[in-house]
Amino acid sequence: MTPRSAIPGADDITRVELANGIVVLARENPNSKAVTLRGSILAGGLLDPDDKLGLADFTASMLMRGTAARDFQTIYDSLESIGASFGFNSGTHTTGFGGRSLAEDFGLLLQLGREALLSPAFPPEHVEKVRAQLLTGLSLRAQDTRDMASLLFDEMVYRHHPYARADEGHPHTISAITREDLVNFHGSNFGPRGMLIVVVGGIPAAAAVEQVRAAFEDWHNPQQPAPVQLPAWQPLPARGYRRLDIAGKSQSDVIVGTGGPLRRAPDYMAASLGNNILGRFGLMGRVGDSVREKAGLAYYAYSSLGGGLGPDPWLVAAGVNPANEEKATELIFKEIERFTTELVSEEELSDSKSNYIGSMPLSLESNGGVADALMSMERFQLGLDYYRKFPDEVNAVTRQQVLEAAAQYLKPDQMAVAVAGPPRTEAA
Amino acid sequence: MQLTQYTLPNGLKVLLKEIHTAPLISHWLWVRAGSRDEGPGLSGISHWVEHMQFKGTPQFPAGELDKTISRDGGFWNAMTYIDWTAYYETMPSEKIDLALRLEADRFINSQFDPKEVESERTVIMSERQGNENSPMFLLDEDVQQAAFDKHPYKHEVIGHMADLKTITRDDLFNHYKHFYVPGNAVLAIAGDFDTQRMLARVEELYASVPSGQAPTRVAQDEPAPEEERRVVTQGPGETVFVKAAYRSLRATDPDFFALTVADSLLAGPSNLNLFSGGISNKTSRLYRRLVEKDLAVGVSGGLQATIDPYLYDITITVHPNSSAEAAVAALDDEIKRLQDTPPKIEELLRAVKQAKALFAYGSESITNQAFWMGFAEVFDRYAWFENYLERLAAVTPADVQRAAQLYLRPERRVLGVYQPDGSPEAE
Repeated sequence: MTPRSAIPGADDITRVELANGIVVLARENPNSKAVTLRGSILAGGLLDPDDKLGLADFTASMLMRGTAARDFQTIYDSLESIGASFGFNSGTHTTGFGGRSLAEDFGLLLQLGREALLSPAFPPEHVEKVRAQLLTGLSLRAQDTRDMASLLFDEMVYRHHPYARADEGHPHTISAITREDLVNFHGSNFGPRGMLIVVVGGIPAAAAVEQVRAAFEDWHNPQQPAPVQLPAWQPLPARGYRRLDIAGKSQSDVIVGTGGPLRRAPDYMAASLGNNILGRFGLMGRVGDSVREKAGLAYYAYSSLGGGLGPDPWLVAAGVNPANEEKATELIFKEIERFTTELVSEEELSDSKSNYIGSMPLSLESNGGVADALMSMERFQLGLDYYRKFPDEVNAVTRQQVLEAAAQYLKPDQMAVAVAGPPRTEAA
Repeated sequence: MQLTQYTLPNGLKVLLKEIHTAPLISHWLWVRAGSRDEGPGLSGISHWVEHMQFKGTPQFPAGELDKTISRDGGFWNAMTYIDWTAYYETMPSEKIDLALRLEADRFINSQFDPKEVESERTVIMSERQGNENSPMFLLDEDVQQAAFDKHPYKHEVIGHMADLKTITRDDLFNHYKHFYVPGNAVLAIAGDFDTQRMLARVEELYASVPSGQAPTRVAQDEPAPEEERRVVTQGPGETVFVKAAYRSLRATDPDFFALTVADSLLAGPSNLNLFSGGISNKTSRLYRRLVEKDLAVGVSGGLQATIDPYLYDITITVHPNSSAEAAVAALDDEIKRLQDTPPKIEELLRAVKQAKALFAYGSESITNQAFWMGFAEVFDRYAWFENYLERLAAVTPADVQRAAQLYLRPERRVLGVYQPDGSPEAE
């Protein structure tokens, strides 16, 4: 009954490289009346000076605040009056953008994207409005045990590495950023080289590509710098522990982990299937079973594997009563020790594999899901048939490979333990 | 994509919709049991029962349920709200029988092993402590508490800590047996299947479930408050939040759609999708008045479809250089403007176009479509959802003005302020 493959592949994805370097990927979804647009440009937090950390993020937040052609209210009036959305977000390596609309309104989405990327106006009064919003966000972050444990974790694991820095900055660095900094950051770093644009939805792929070409092929920026090369990263020489007190809270967040494999690493899939066994499969894998189900210590306890362009974290996180921090940490280390010294069982690996293969079509159900998949295929150079070949890649992984990947990255004596929660005396 | 509706002799309502765009099926079982059904001392019990439904039956022992679904590449979860508890699985089409068997089984055969009850008690207490870390949870809880005198809507779905400490295994089991009966449940399935065969399978699995007694309910109609109530929540942090919660309307009230449009104009369109994001609200009246004028850094509205009149709330994140008082004064001005002058027809047309776009986005996901089917059936009928756009389009400017005059009066609201400890702006 399914009219065509639900899984995208080389035969139904159109990939075109424009003359100015932009890579465009498009896939039609004839069942949808809507279109999703996603993309990224090569400018992120890595380019921020230390004393103006958060500059890339601040710049991204300003792009929709007014352009040469439209002011803030006109931009959002155009979008919201047709039920469309469009926005930017900033990451460590890239600034992302995305939006969606009814298929008939796709042209407007592209036009707004072009204006925001090429000719943002950085209106002074909006610089201050956005600054106030960012500072409020940071003061809420300072109260969030999960966010603060994560910041602490990054500082510990990535000392001497740019991943130690918080992309959204700190109150003093956001306060130090001027309008001129924003204008210059955009002027020097935003350009078409390394840019990706993905279109998925109720519009023929060829037509989508031509519309993108018309909107963006004339964009050039000779100032655009070469992509940032990450320095080498070294794990901690010994296990580290830090704890941050946040008064007035009820629960502590605990993060245990270190740096993991690159997405392109040959052992990534083995690590990923292993991570599924460690802290995801079913109700959060072995970690969930031990910390939540058996010990009843936490509402959430899971593991996570980053797998990006750099040594993103491989970690276990749990939210626990402050009195149970040590107990939960001990149980987490016990699971990590077992995971890095013993083979996973045949059954666990086979379960993890069938979970990956079976759930793949589900992740590709919506236009947004397919657009995300196309973005990763291009960013990590996985090939247009990646999702068609995915079951073979998954099935090829052995128990030995899982153990090797686990032992390679997760060294219990070189891990960071970061905790944020109420002062221990207050909780007692 | 015709919808088939059928009621089994034991009372179970079944809704089936074939969608053949992807090899997936989404299966939802809804039970009309939520915090609305919790008497004194038992707050949080519906949510706890939901947790216990993952703890095993003789056929699917604890720890096996989740593995069995995950092994087949499905995803599943459950959620408890003020009016209902819902369990869902979305799976590759050929594997859906597992979800059917599993839900039919735990609908009547869950064990509520005392050891599992105790282990889950601490898990739920931990869930609540995680919520307590958030200033918004603390404010919400106080506002809800003040908004109702007796109606169980007055407590949070997670329940009071005191009740989480004292609820017993028998309390949980009795709640389960009382509410988990076919006439109090809705089964909604959407996706890549054949309706006749699916219906036959549903009948086979549920035919033997006894119809049981219709559950008795503790909730009773409670009139809207007659004067404004104010609460101040103190807690850590630097940010001031305001929550204005007006006594709302039941989803079946003829004025519900006029209030929906009023919300859309004031705070931006509500998103009925559970699995697809909404759109921004930067051209809404309150955003323009509060955020653009530096009184707030964010504002949002929340109107929900509920069985009894619940709360329509407007949440304001106050600008660091402003105050709760200034933000509330501007909010009141904007509401008064809507009460004094009917909106332009263009504003109404826009609200309808926004709703249409949100529907198109929501239709991409089979899981979301199955969600819609059961959700509407819990508080009304599926027709509520099918007619949603039409009823929205029928609302006139005068209807919106009247809804604002009737339902957005200060005396119908609780005004809550989250005041960070030690802030000089404390009231």
